[in-house]
Amino acid sequence: MSEWWTYRPSDFLLFSPRVYWRQFELLNAAVWPAQLATVAIGLALVALVLRPGAARFVRPALAALGLLWAVTAYGYFWTRYATINWAAPYAAAVFAAQAAALLAAAALGRRPAPLPDVVTKTGATALVLWGVALHPLLAALEGRRWTSAEVFGLAPDPTAIATLGVLALLPRGAQFALGLAPILWLMASAATLGVMGSAQAAVPLAAAVFGLLLILRPDRL
Amino acid sequence: MTVDLHRRAVLAGLAAGAAAAALPAAAQDAPLAKPIPSSGERIPAVGLGTWITFNVGDDAGLRDECAGVMQAFFAGGGRMIDSSPMYGSSQAVVGYGLKKLGGPKTLFSAEKVWTSAADGRAQIAATKTLWGVPRFDLLQVHNLLAWEAHLDTLAAMKERGEVRYVGITTSEGRRHGEFERIMASRPLDFVQLTYNPLDRDVESRLLPLARERGIAVIVNRPFQQGSLTQALEGEALPGFAAELGAKTWAQLILKFIVAHPAVACAIPATTSVAHVKENLAAARGPMPDEATRQRIAAHIADL
Repeated sequence: MSEWWTYRPSDFLLFSPRVYWRQFELLNAAVWPAQLATVAIGLALVALVLRPGAARFVRPALAALGLLWAVTAYGYFWTRYATINWAAPYAAAVFAAQAAALLAAAALGRRPAPLPDVVTKTGATALVLWGVALHPLLAALEGRRWTSAEVFGLAPDPTAIATLGVLALLPRGAQFALGLAPILWLMASAATLGVMGSAQAAVPLAAAVFGLLLILRPDRL
Repeated sequence: MTVDLHRRAVLAGLAAGAAAAALPAAAQDAPLAKPIPSSGERIPAVGLGTWITFNVGDDAGLRDECAGVMQAFFAGGGRMIDSSPMYGSSQAVVGYGLKKLGGPKTLFSAEKVWTSAADGRAQIAATKTLWGVPRFDLLQVHNLLAWEAHLDTLAAMKERGEVRYVGITTSEGRRHGEFERIMASRPLDFVQLTYNPLDRDVESRLLPLARERGIAVIVNRPFQQGSLTQALEGEALPGFAAELGAKTWAQLILKFIVAHPAVACAIPATTSVAHVKENLAAARGPMPDEATRQRIAAHIADL
């Protein structure tokens, strides 16, 4: 691509904000009442992070997350976003790979999760709570119809954000391996939303940074 | 006798007056049609672009809105619709609209090739399927990607009657040097480039070269993708706009563009039926002469 320096990010935005947010509206309408199930799973993850001593629930939690990443890969990226963005199939592949990695971690993980300290637990809880309960409220905050809310387990941003919180329960190595895709996606999403002129762009960016800090944080202060 | 002659003269005068009054009115109602130099065919000076606006995916409601825009476009005398494989689902949505409208006969289809050298034919075939047309009126090499190979392909297609016209495109002032070299050395029917009262780079070389070489010019980004018209919102139109019949900034800008002797067609994109009617109306009525065009550009630059 010659004269690449003359291209602005907005030159790569193929769709209008209206079309972008309508995707979630149509997705929500198409899959209702699946949101009840995904949010229920999400609330269980909140409970798990709040009481990470229940280590035997970590592997089922990873399995559930793996399933939801696969659902998002197909239900959002492959069948919806791909119709308006020719880069979406690549994101679908990344989400599918992450789903496989989470399922593998669920199946193969042997070491019990170390108990995180209060700071880690608070940070992790905040991320999961945001992804599950608060992120959907952004629609109303930005003046969009509440039916276009991005819901955990169906839309990529809240799913990635909540996942970063759950990963805090895992050994450091697993956190790095499983945290890469969520962080990369959240940064890509922030860039897209930023180019779209959405104030919401700050959310995935902040979550990516916060999640990265949580992963990089030393085990003991 | 003199009374009868007088009455006949009055009646003849009235008839002549009525005819004279009717002619300018008819001429004013007919939209401006500019010639394609290579064939002499004339096309309406305002067409329809589809970048972003028609990329609505499978959204049934938005697809119908786009079909509504197309319906108003054809009803208003519009002919050229321009799209590209780069525009996501826009091609499919154009095809949906054409099918819904029963395949308007006045369509002037303008499409693009945007792929590596080897895949041109396959992509063109896929695009044809999406539009549901037997052949395209115009095929253009999008942003000069693999232009040598694609121009060869398109020239061969034109030879066989598989396409009527061949062209190249660029936008936002990119690769004008290379564009000029291709225009000077290859037989082209059309070029597509960016031109508006603020982006006037093409006035110095490319537009005169197009006239000299007999190449029709399609203008993209007439409103800088909306940012120019948005920036002008709320500003009062200059006094001379009314003499041109321009009621809005969009109309004044389009008149500036299509009045240039080298320009055949401008292709603003919109999702609004009201805007498509407003855009088409710009091709009606008086057009600015060169001095007035300079005044329009100066006025907008000052704001």
